[in-house]
Amino acid sequence: MTRRAEAKLTVPVGERDHIQGPTEAPVTLVEYGDYECPYCGQAYFVVKELQRLLGNRLRFVFRNFPLTTVHPYAQHAAEAAEAAGAQGKFWEMHDHLFEHQQELDDKHLKKYAAQLGLDLSRFNRDMSEHRYAARIREDLLSGVRCGVNGTPTFCINGVRYDGAPDLDSMVAAIKEAVASV
Amino acid sequence: MSTDKHKQEIFNQTSVLKPGDPAPDFALRSTPDQLVSLREFHGAPVILAFYPADWSPVCGDQMALYNELLPEFRRLNAALIGISVDGIWCHLAFAKDRKLRFPLLADFEPKGAVARAYGAYRQQDGVSERALFVIDAEGTIRWSYVSPVGVNPGADGILAALEALPSKQEVPA
Repeated sequence: MTRRAEAKLTVPVGERDHIQGPTEAPVTLVEYGDYECPYCGQAYFVVKELQRLLGNRLRFVFRNFPLTTVHPYAQHAAEAAEAAGAQGKFWEMHDHLFEHQQELDDKHLKKYAAQLGLDLSRFNRDMSEHRYAARIREDLLSGVRCGVNGTPTFCINGVRYDGAPDLDSMVAAIKEAVASV
Repeated sequence: MSTDKHKQEIFNQTSVLKPGDPAPDFALRSTPDQLVSLREFHGAPVILAFYPADWSPVCGDQMALYNELLPEFRRLNAALIGISVDGIWCHLAFAKDRKLRFPLLADFEPKGAVARAYGAYRQQDGVSERALFVIDAEGTIRWSYVSPVGVNPGADGILAALEALPSKQEVPA
């Protein structure tokens, strides 16, 4: 039987990523998430709290990991966030989706795009052409390569975090990661 | 069951088949009227994913992930087969609910016989281990991994094992 080594982030954080926080922050937290996953919905508020607590010491990165066979709305929701990102409003859409996880059908996605003031003809075209589907797939495969097996999965400074996604556990893990540098 | 045979089976469960071992053939039902045998896949790699039970949360996530990765497995020319001791009707309901697009085989009668043959049966629980095997085109095990029952093993090991196969024939996705 083959043992597996500690899982590391295989695709480093780079220009293609959606990033909040400064590049030089001592802590980089990468989340592989799915907008329809209820556990990601809970983790969304944990991440917000971590960002509040750590401020500029935290860089947060979100990558897509939609499990579309169990979450039928997850793929289009991810495409909507990417389409909003193309218009400079990724995080606004990301937050809105996690705050409205029960309403992620196409009709609502269009409504959210309108609420965020996006160029709707461009948004609708991007959605109907599935313009960002390939990018979302790249995110998912990059996650699979570092052993992401479900959502949410976090990496702290490039190492997969296998603990519980609650605030206390994550603060403790982050402290440990920073202390080990 | 004789005592000796029983002892033998308890002994067997601890020896998970390893790289280099020939993959034991089997024929199990995927539907009430369809038998699937390992022999049918000869000539292309096969991923065998033993799991403890339909419907349990971790299995569900694991199978959902593999379902998502079918195009990757196909690109590597590999077929995916799920196996548990659940019966076919349970498998059919589970596959329909989760929209799984790969066969789930019922290692149901005699219970767990195939899992035992692979050294992946949990005698004390009456279910198979959460065990993965990558079998090459010639029917030899090239990689195996047993995960703690409650832990979804992901797919990175499977992909790495498939990519390491010497005679891999990639087909366009």
